[in-house]
Amino acid sequence: MSVPGPDGRRATSPDLDSMAELRLRIAASPHLRSSHSTPRIMWNVVGSLVPILAVATYYFGPSALLVVGAATIGAVLTERLFGRKGSTGDGSAVITGLLLGLILPPGFPMWMAFLGGVFGIAFGKLIFGGLGQNVFNPALLGRAFLQAAFPIAITTWPVQPATWWSLRGDNFALPLMSPSAPDIATGATPLGLMKFEGLPTGTWDLMIGSTAGSIGETAGLLILLCGGYLALRKYLDWRIPASIFLTVLAFSGVLYAIGPDRFPNPLFMLFSGGLMLGAMYMATDMVTSPVTPAGAWIFGAGIGLLVVLIRVWGGLPEGVMYAILFMNALVPFINRTTQPRVFGKPRRKPKGAEA
Amino acid sequence: MGELFWILLSAMLVNNFTLHLFLGLCPFMGVSAKVETALRMGLANIFVLVTTSVCVWFLNTFVLPHAPYLRLISFIVVIASFVQITEMAIKKFSPTLFRQLGIFLPLITTNCAILGYAIFNTNRGYDFLEGLMFALGAGLGLTLALVLMASIRETTETASVPAAARNMGLVLIIAGSLSLAFMGFAGLFTA
Repeated sequence: MSVPGPDGRRATSPDLDSMAELRLRIAASPHLRSSHSTPRIMWNVVGSLVPILAVATYYFGPSALLVVGAATIGAVLTERLFGRKGSTGDGSAVITGLLLGLILPPGFPMWMAFLGGVFGIAFGKLIFGGLGQNVFNPALLGRAFLQAAFPIAITTWPVQPATWWSLRGDNFALPLMSPSAPDIATGATPLGLMKFEGLPTGTWDLMIGSTAGSIGETAGLLILLCGGYLALRKYLDWRIPASIFLTVLAFSGVLYAIGPDRFPNPLFMLFSGGLMLGAMYMATDMVTSPVTPAGAWIFGAGIGLLVVLIRVWGGLPEGVMYAILFMNALVPFINRTTQPRVFGKPRRKPKGAEA
Repeated sequence: MGELFWILLSAMLVNNFTLHLFLGLCPFMGVSAKVETALRMGLANIFVLVTTSVCVWFLNTFVLPHAPYLRLISFIVVIASFVQITEMAIKKFSPTLFRQLGIFLPLITTNCAILGYAIFNTNRGYDFLEGLMFALGAGLGLTLALVLMASIRETTETASVPAAARNMGLVLIIAGSLSLAFMGFAGLFTA
């Protein structure tokens, strides 16, 4: 009889005589380890955000880099100062900062973006005990805070200026000073145009990203591609974006079928605003999404429903951020109720049995 | 019919008493440690709100037109007596729940959400059914907020929260974050 040792070599003939020479190595489980680690996954996500940032820079010029940079510095600095020792290296604060920057308008003052990064990390993550223990997505919480604190600045959308080099707003405004009157004409996002003026935007423009909007949320197809890479590597749960897209398509499809002149078409719904970025990068945050497959479907469906509800009947043109934050709050509840049946247990509690 | 439904949804989500109007914060902070208790606290609140809505309608229709200066005091008397009745009923039927809710059960009397409801109801001139729906919506909204808070708190129990933010500090931060999330409902159903 031969027993495979923990290191794969076969220990031969463990008879009593040679027992003294047999070396058994004792190791705690898990015995199978993959090469995936938190930093590796996080830096992969950061890498997948680089093309999105590059395209954003192509569309929005140096302003994109300034705003994203300020938000990232804010997030990383806070993690470094108040986080656990060495937690900056896992890359999660970089992701939060990048994502926060990507969902801000290009003309946003840098100090506000910095503040958003600080708030997101400090009150969205560190106060709960750091990575893995937070309830809300830190980047979205940072943006919700900015939206509540600076409602004007965060809804000012510049139109394309004359040259690539010109800033898209007063990025260098001093803290707590009102931004100097911008020389830049402001426009509305496709969702704003749809909501307040009833004007549609071409689907192709939405897909390639040549529209007004937050820095990194306009290029729908590219985000789909980068997110798809992460889904293939299993760094995000494909069920969540799939469920969000299906729900949005179904719900807005029904509305469009009822009143094509009153409601936007489903493809517009899918590719406008922050839906792509939100569904791919924010809703799928491993910490703040449900752990069960059934929970993931429910979570996505809830986000999809709320997005359409807020966009169509709400006071704001865009609702992805709030939809995800609201569903984040529901995650503990979803996890509780969708726990899979333990193998061998009856499907239903037998009658008369109490808890 | 549609109008009634919007009143309910609006009171529950858009103008959520706890997370938008910041009324009824003491049970929200005090009885939100466990989901089961929070749910029952919410149900007790729904009961008191609905019964209050009936009484407020009665007072507004028959008594207060003749004696408007009695408004606040009569509301308080009505609320206090119904809380007393609820308390006695719970004590009789579920002593365990009575102990779990503790001081917060009689404190429903001073829960500003209930008095706030009575005053909103009067100011907006709701009729009987509208008032009932408004009470139901407000109660469901309170329950939703309580259950959300409790389920989040249960998961953060094992989190390594920094010492400065343990217990109430973290609860306040969560409450603020929830309130931020609820801001998305602003303006919903008004158009």
